[in-house]
Amino acid sequence: MLANILNKFPENFPLRELVVAGLVFLAVLLVLISQGSAYGVRMLVEASCYAIIALGLTIQWGYGGQFNAGVMGFVALGGFCAMLFSVPVNDAFWSTDLPGELGRAFVWLIAGVLLVVAVSQLHRFGLSKRLRTVLTIIVALITWMVVKSVFAPVTSAIENQAGFIGGLGLPAWIGWLVGGLLAGLVGYFIGHICLGLRSDYLAIATLGIAEIIKAFLKNEDWLTRGTATVSPLPWPTPGPAELGFVLSRSIYLAVTAVMIVAIFFLLQRAYHAPWGRMIRAIRDNEIAAQAMGKDVNKRRLEVFVFGCVLIGIGGGALTTFNGIFDAQGYLPLNHTFLVLVMVILGGPGNNLGTILGALLVYIIWVMSEPLALYVMHLYADVAGSLFGWEAPANLSSRALQARVFVIGLLITLVLRYAPKGLMPEKLTHEKG
Amino acid sequence: MNELVFFINNVVISGTVAGSIYAIGAIGITLVFSIMRFAHFAHADLMTFGALMVLMFTSLFPGSGALLGIPTPLLMLPLGMAMTAFLAIGIDRTFYKPMREHGVKPIVIVIASLGVTLMLQGLIRLFAGTGSRSMYVGESKGIYRLELPFELASRPIVITEPQITLILFTLVAVIGLHLFMHRTRTGKAMRAMSDNPDLARVSGINTDKVVMVTWILAGCLAAAAGTFLSMDVSLTPDLSFHLLLPIFAAAIVGGVGHPYGAIAGGFLVGFAETLSVFNWAVLLRPIRHWFPEWVEIPRTLALVGTEYKIVVPFFILVVVLVWRPTGIFKGKVI
Repeated sequence: MLANILNKFPENFPLRELVVAGLVFLAVLLVLISQGSAYGVRMLVEASCYAIIALGLTIQWGYGGQFNAGVMGFVALGGFCAMLFSVPVNDAFWSTDLPGELGRAFVWLIAGVLLVVAVSQLHRFGLSKRLRTVLTIIVALITWMVVKSVFAPVTSAIENQAGFIGGLGLPAWIGWLVGGLLAGLVGYFIGHICLGLRSDYLAIATLGIAEIIKAFLKNEDWLTRGTATVSPLPWPTPGPAELGFVLSRSIYLAVTAVMIVAIFFLLQRAYHAPWGRMIRAIRDNEIAAQAMGKDVNKRRLEVFVFGCVLIGIGGGALTTFNGIFDAQGYLPLNHTFLVLVMVILGGPGNNLGTILGALLVYIIWVMSEPLALYVMHLYADVAGSLFGWEAPANLSSRALQARVFVIGLLITLVLRYAPKGLMPEKLTHEKG
Repeated sequence: MNELVFFINNVVISGTVAGSIYAIGAIGITLVFSIMRFAHFAHADLMTFGALMVLMFTSLFPGSGALLGIPTPLLMLPLGMAMTAFLAIGIDRTFYKPMREHGVKPIVIVIASLGVTLMLQGLIRLFAGTGSRSMYVGESKGIYRLELPFELASRPIVITEPQITLILFTLVAVIGLHLFMHRTRTGKAMRAMSDNPDLARVSGINTDKVVMVTWILAGCLAAAAGTFLSMDVSLTPDLSFHLLLPIFAAAIVGGVGHPYGAIAGGFLVGFAETLSVFNWAVLLRPIRHWFPEWVEIPRTLALVGTEYKIVVPFFILVVVLVWRPTGIFKGKVI
């Protein structure tokens, strides 16, 4: 019966897309009606920022078949740059002689790096390689301790006298772009090391680098104020104080929507270009692609870095919208696994599917919080009245953990039963 | 002399403890990696699960260990190991096996194992809450203070009961694993399958059985590592997440597919961690007079601060991947 109905549509009719888009539209409408427009628009902006991040991951996973398990770290890098560039200039720091001392410390750092690089090239002057390696390790250790001892007094002076170095007072979008570049740079180093090996190694390394980035942002108080958090972050658009919540958030939404459309357009072009074909060829059959003379590792690195850049930009936009930079607020669950669900549920390699998946999953995610609490309390009431079961005091914090379980279950079930997601990647076959 | 005692307490003992935990965890990772050929991210949560099971049995029968003169968690450890092994086999049957038979890429199973990680964490926190608990219910942890028979050493060497049992367990586990892998038919079948799964299958090895034995071993070792770690410190649900990177680093440093490599890698990572957060100024102070006048020993002279401990395994991992992706014992690069 259903097949009969389906058969009546022409072959190219985008039925699946329309159904998913309709679902998303319905969900948005429901939230707008039930929660009010200020809340609804806020959720939409956050969902659109997640969509940018998800597009970054879909390039890596869907186009290139590389699994990035540390999306959180790149998001945090984007957020950090957005904070650093947009926060007003801190006069308590710049009016003292601390900037000069900090600059001197950085000169020491650069000199140290140059020294270590120079020592590592000593084998060109006839030194045996073993001796060179030993020398490099010793020099690197000493340099590291020296640079560390040069930085320590400066950074603690900054923390005591000025709090932190403050921002640069520039528009936030510059920070987003720089954040994207920084994320891409980190991605380049990680990719350079791991992409020649099996993708498991990349997953392990990205998982590690994400935790390291988070630890760095959390502990370097002179740079980020650490656990004290930085707020408010100025928006690139007029803020809520001037225009009210709904209007200002709508303008912000317009900005992110334009970004998504631009990125989507560029990605579609890249996907259908020879470059996109080559990337898919590498993903689907690496050996054949290599035999055709494609530089597999270089192409993989390109894809990985592009994805990281997009994730960084999306992270910057998300952090600026939240208005607070809190290094501890970046969680693997919210910023890695949620994005992963968006991508594999929406359809890896399908840009439209990823965007719709991001919107749908984020709405479900946000709405599941009150739902989980409600179900948990209902259960506790029923169990309490029937069996005299006494609910533990931290019921609400436990109810939220149920969502962790659901996310995990969703990942495994989608991978098992619908590995191509709601909207599978459409492979065009040349006819004739 | 007190400085030396300080060194033994802070480096030798805690390095051995951390190394043993990492080594036991890394053996499981490396077995799964070499036989099923995917990086099993949920391994660290098997540890937490095992510790939780042990805690559950301990709270059910508090003080029962006193009958044998051992701490109750230690008595309950075999039960926890059995539960964890069952869980590992169950997870494999429900999630990994269908995917393996479906012939998906290994990286998809890696993602599925991340999904399993989240499910386990969610369940553990749902039922056990998010706070930390002590494994000792109504008992106290035995702490031994060894006074040194020297004039100058006024501080004792401190070692706790779970630390001693952990080190003993690691020794027994290593010897037992060696005998199992080299003397029994199943062990030999495991090694054959890790070398070449297709060849193993056509030569009549029951691969399903090998997979099951692998999960049993991995589950038992994970439960033991988790229990000993929780006995040494305390049981927290996010125990696993901080262990994941050091364990993987240890398995890869040792060479994937080499249980001995995993042990060496575990101790390497454990000692590297403790050595790099150790404050070397403590050792330099007594030999202060050997230095020229202008040298000033800073108050803290550690390679990295304790807050950056996680950088150490990552750094080791990166160095190994760059220089010798096969690991120090020439494992597989798969």
